Amino acid sequence: MWCTGLRKRYGRRTAVDGVSLEVGRGEVVGLLGPNGAGKTTVIKMLLGLVRPDAGEVLLLGQPAAEPAARARVGYLPELFRYQPWLTAAEVLALHVRLSGAAVGVQEQRDCLALVGLADRAGDRVGGFSKGMQQRLGLAVALVARPEFVVLDEPTSALDPLGRADVRDIVLSLKARGIAVLLNSHLIGEVERVCDRVVVLDRGRVAASGSLVELLGQHEVRLHLTGMPPAAESRLAGAGRVEREGDWFTVAFPADDEATVPDLVRDLVALGVRVHAVEPGRISLEERLLGILRDGAGS
Amino acid sequence: MTRVVLTVAGLTLREASRRRVLLALGLLTLVLLALSGWGFSRFAAESGGTLTSGEARLTASILLNLVMFGYSLIAALGTAFLAGPTLAGETESGIALAVLARPIRRSAFLLGKWLGLVTFGGVFVVLAGLAQVLVVGVTVDYWPPGPAAALALLAAQTTVLLTLAVLLSSVISPMASGVVAVGLFCTTWVAGVVGGIGAAVDNDAVARVGSVSRVLLPTDGLWRGAMHAFQDPSALLQFGGVDGEAFPFLSVAPLSWAYLVWAAVWVAMVWGLAAVSFVRKDL
Repeated sequence: MWCTGLRKRYGRRTAVDGVSLEVGRGEVVGLLGPNGAGKTTVIKMLLGLVRPDAGEVLLLGQPAAEPAARARVGYLPELFRYQPWLTAAEVLALHVRLSGAAVGVQEQRDCLALVGLADRAGDRVGGFSKGMQQRLGLAVALVARPEFVVLDEPTSALDPLGRADVRDIVLSLKARGIAVLLNSHLIGEVERVCDRVVVLDRGRVAASGSLVELLGQHEVRLHLTGMPPAAESRLAGAGRVEREGDWFTVAFPADDEATVPDLVRDLVALGVRVHAVEPGRISLEERLLGILRDGAGS
Repeated sequence: MTRVVLTVAGLTLREASRRRVLLALGLLTLVLLALSGWGFSRFAAESGGTLTSGEARLTASILLNLVMFGYSLIAALGTAFLAGPTLAGETESGIALAVLARPIRRSAFLLGKWLGLVTFGGVFVVLAGLAQVLVVGVTVDYWPPGPAAALALLAAQTTVLLTLAVLLSSVISPMASGVVAVGLFCTTWVAGVVGGIGAAVDNDAVARVGSVSRVLLPTDGLWRGAMHAFQDPSALLQFGGVDGEAFPFLSVAPLSWAYLVWAAVWVAMVWGLAAVSFVRKDL
């Protein structure tokens, strides 16, 4: 899946502004961002559900404007609702028929079993709880042997057990060489399964890269006393600083071998007493908040 | 394309039956059949000997048209309120998201929905109308001159209204689309009656109200064609010739082929508009 320059306006409001991203085979890409960042709109444009004002989308090598491009695409919408008057098995059979894939009844049953609905196959969807409907949605996304799966908030209605199931399913898709685009608010979930992350903020790509690229930067906790103003400005010049009493947490924008030793040398030269220097690793959550705050500040 | 259209049409029919629409319409029809059967048999028993054969046929024609109007109203309400939820409702609730993300054209999806609804509405009016014709045949021994044509025209009328409801439900909310479709249907009927009165009193301006409304929305024109095929040819003479135009349950003239062609073109045009609007819609 590849898209470039996606743009969408709703009236005066620009929902998506020049978003480009790609997902390779066997790759899991996480889409992150605050509410209203345009994540769901981007997903809908990829699937031809929303017409982009500008930009281009290729799905599995075909222009997305052609319905045939979606033959091998599975989709779990954020707003997951399925025909309440059909049974779970009938919903899957309907989607298999619409997709044009030759998927046997046994395989459809296996798919329901995979999401934990094996014993509810003959029940009407109208009687399902939200969590069960979301599980059914996952089965619908997976049933027609997709090569690209889009999961929009796949665990919003699931209990912790269901979340773990989704994680396992995503990892098994990845192992089978299937491309996955995962939109989720649960950063821990994204951190565990995604190879790459794209952060959207106010319709634009605020950051993107592999987890190593995004998280690889240094964070150091320093216990310092006897701070002259010059030392404080030296610290602030090194990166973003958070202070708790005598403890300073400094996040360095660039990853450089010499950064920390140089900083400590300069601090000592300025007369600061250095009690402790502890390496830290930024979590994806902190990184995300950092990106979004920087974006809001600019 | 055909696979998608037939799958969606089948799904729509299954929805109508699973959501008990079929059951509700069936029960309503049975009630109407029983009531009209009882009414017709009382009419036959009490007027026996007092009416001439011509008068009896006139009354049977009027009553048959009146009851048939009831069926066309049920079909109109039923399909208009079915078209709203099934199209606009599905896009509103999100059911359409997963379906339309499949490798299918939206126009094929819309055609399938429309075909399912037309089949449902058409089969209902034809079956209910046929049952009514049989009831009348048994109770008062009246057999309309063109039952097949009349039933086909009723089905066509349902198709016209349904196509309008499909267009409306692709642009406005499900509830509003049903209300507007039925409202327009009734307005056209009233305009037809007003036009008939205008024709009877030789007021061209008022008569034009009926003709114009019949062109804008062909339900009333088709309904008058159906009435003409239900009623006895002598009924109008009994009623007083052209003055019968002022009466809403008799029709003075059969349908022209030109009008039928216009109705078909109208359906195609309105369906095309619905497809354009649905294809361009952001879900």
